[in-house]
Amino acid sequence: MSTAVARRSSLPGFGLTMGLTLTWLSVIILIPLAGLFLKTLDLSLVQFWEILTSRRTLNALKISFGLSFAAACVNLVMGTIIVWALVRYRFPGRRLFDAIVDIPFALPTAVAGVALTQLFAQKGWLGAPLAELGIKVAFTPIGIFIAMVFIGIPFVVRTVQPVLIDLDPEIEEAAASLGANRWHTVFRVIMPSLIPALLTGFALAFARAVGEYGSVIFIAGNLPNVSEIAPLLIVIRLSEFRYADATAIAVVMLLAAFVIIFAVNRLQRWAQTRAPAH
Amino acid sequence: MSTQTTFVTPATRLQAYSSTADLAISPPSGRDASTRARSAVASKDLRSEPGPIRFIIIALAISFLTIFVVLPLLVVFASAFSKGITAYFAALAEPEALSAIRLTLLVAAISVGLNLVFGVIAAWAIAKFEFPGKTFLITLIDLPFSVSPVISGLVFVLLFGAQGYWGTWLQAHNVQILFAVPGIALATIFVTFPFVARSLIPLMQEQGTQEEEAAISLGASGLQTFFRVTLPNIKWGLLYGVLLCNARAMGEFGAVSVVSGHIRGETNTMPLLVEILYNEYQFVASFAIASLLAMLALITLVVKTVLEQRLDEGQTPRDELRDEP
Repeated sequence: MSTAVARRSSLPGFGLTMGLTLTWLSVIILIPLAGLFLKTLDLSLVQFWEILTSRRTLNALKISFGLSFAAACVNLVMGTIIVWALVRYRFPGRRLFDAIVDIPFALPTAVAGVALTQLFAQKGWLGAPLAELGIKVAFTPIGIFIAMVFIGIPFVVRTVQPVLIDLDPEIEEAAASLGANRWHTVFRVIMPSLIPALLTGFALAFARAVGEYGSVIFIAGNLPNVSEIAPLLIVIRLSEFRYADATAIAVVMLLAAFVIIFAVNRLQRWAQTRAPAH
Repeated sequence: MSTQTTFVTPATRLQAYSSTADLAISPPSGRDASTRARSAVASKDLRSEPGPIRFIIIALAISFLTIFVVLPLLVVFASAFSKGITAYFAALAEPEALSAIRLTLLVAAISVGLNLVFGVIAAWAIAKFEFPGKTFLITLIDLPFSVSPVISGLVFVLLFGAQGYWGTWLQAHNVQILFAVPGIALATIFVTFPFVARSLIPLMQEQGTQEEEAAISLGASGLQTFFRVTLPNIKWGLLYGVLLCNARAMGEFGAVSVVSGHIRGETNTMPLLVEILYNEYQFVASFAIASLLAMLALITLVVKTVLEQRLDEGQTPRDELRDEP
C-alpha cells in the first residue's frame, strides 16, 4: 500500500501546513528544550561534574535507574505471562482483564500515587498483612519499585500482544510435528520471534519508570539518598532556586531518554527486517 | 520512544486485528478445505500447554493484574466513600474543589483545542506529502513522550521563571506566565503534543491521496477537500487522538506541578489538589477528587474501546480491496 501512497501529489497546502507545523513544533517543543541545553552552558564542565557526582545526585540517579531496571524486568516477565494468557487462552473475564491492562496508561499519575500509597500503607488492604510479615512497602524503596511496576505494565503487554497474535501458527505446528516438545517449541521457536517486541516493551517500561514522578512520590518516602528519585530532586532544586543543579540532572536524564529512543528505533527496524513478508 | 508502541495507535491495532480476522474468515487459498480443518483440529493440541501449566499462567496473570491494577482502582472509590455519600459530595462542593475542576476544564479545553488544530495540520503535511527528513520530523513530534513530566515543566521555568531567559522582561512588562493559566496550559500542551498527530498520521498514510486528488481535479478547493473528503475518513481516528489527549491533559501532574506554584483556589488543577489534600490528611476530600479523575480514566477506556472497534470496521472493506490482485 505504501507504494500507492508514494506516488503523489497534486494536493494543495504543503507549504502552509508544513510551515505551521514547524512553527508550532519550535514554539512548544524545540525552543524550550534548546533552552534547557543552553542553560547548561552557564556551567563550567567542572561545576557540571560536581553537581552530578555529589552524593545526593548520584544516589537519586542510582535509585531512579536501578529501581526502574528492576521494575522493567518484572514487567518483562509478568507482561509475557499476561500476554500469553490473554492471547492463547480463553477464561472468564478475559476481555475485561485485557481492557484493565490499559488502566496504568489512563489513570492520572497522582491518582495512582495516592491509591498505591493507601493500599500499601501500614493500615492499608495490602500494607497491613505485609506489615505482619515484617515487610514495609510504603515510604521505602520497595514502594518506589511497586509504583514503577504499576506504571510499566501496559508497555510490555501492548507491544508483544500484536506480535503474538500475528505469529504464524504453522511454524509451531511444524516444530511440534517434527518432534519438538512443547517446552522446546515455546522457548526455541516462539520466544525468539518475540524478542524484538519484548525488548522494545522492556525499554519503554524502563524509560517511563525513570522519568515517572506522580505515581512514585507519594509512596516513596522521599528520604534524601535513600528513597529520593531523580525527578523529585529536580523539583527540590527548582524550589531552592538552584536552577543550574536542576538543569544538570535534567540534561543527564534527557540524554538517557534519547539513548533509549534510539535503541527502541533500532529494535523496531530490526523487528521489521526479521518479520516474514505477509 | 515512538508512539506506535507508547500507546497502541489505531492503525497498528487494526493491523493486528485485521490480520487475525483474515486468518479466521478468508477462504482456504491453494489448500484443500478438509486439510485445513484437520490441521485446525491438530493445531489445538500442538499449540497449547498442558492443563496445569495453563492454569498457573492464567492464575498468575489474573492475580498480578488484580493486585497491581484492580485493587488500587478500588481503593480510590472505597476511600472516597469511606465517610458516606454526604461527605463525598460535600468534599466535591468545596470552593477549592470547584475552582480546581474549573481550572482543569479550562486548561484541557485550551490544550486539546490547540493540539487538535495543529495535530490535523501536521498530519496533513506529513501523511499526504513526501519530503526528506519525514522520519526525523515524526521523531521530534514524539519527543514529549520520552521526556520526564518534571522536565517538561522545568523547560518553561527556565524560559519564563524569575531567573529564566525572559523572566526579567516579563516582570518589567507585568506579564504573568508562570504560576498562572498560561504556564499551566503551555506545560500541558507540551506533554499532550503528540497525541492527535500520531493517531492521524498512520491512518491518513494508509488512506492515501487518491480521493483527495479526485476532489481537487473536480474543482474542489483545498479546504473543501479537507472538510468533505478527508475529515469524514479520519473522524474516528481524530476522536481517538482527542480522547487520549484530553485524558492526559486533565490528568497531567508532574509538568503542571512544576509550573503551577500551587496557589490555593487559583492555580491548582484537580491532580494538584489531590496531592495537597492528601498531604494534609484530608483523605476523603483527596480521594473524592481522585475518584472523578479515575472515572474520567474509565470512561476514556470504554470510549477508546468503542472507537477502536469503529476504526476496525472502517478498515475492513479497505483491507478486502487491498487483498484483490
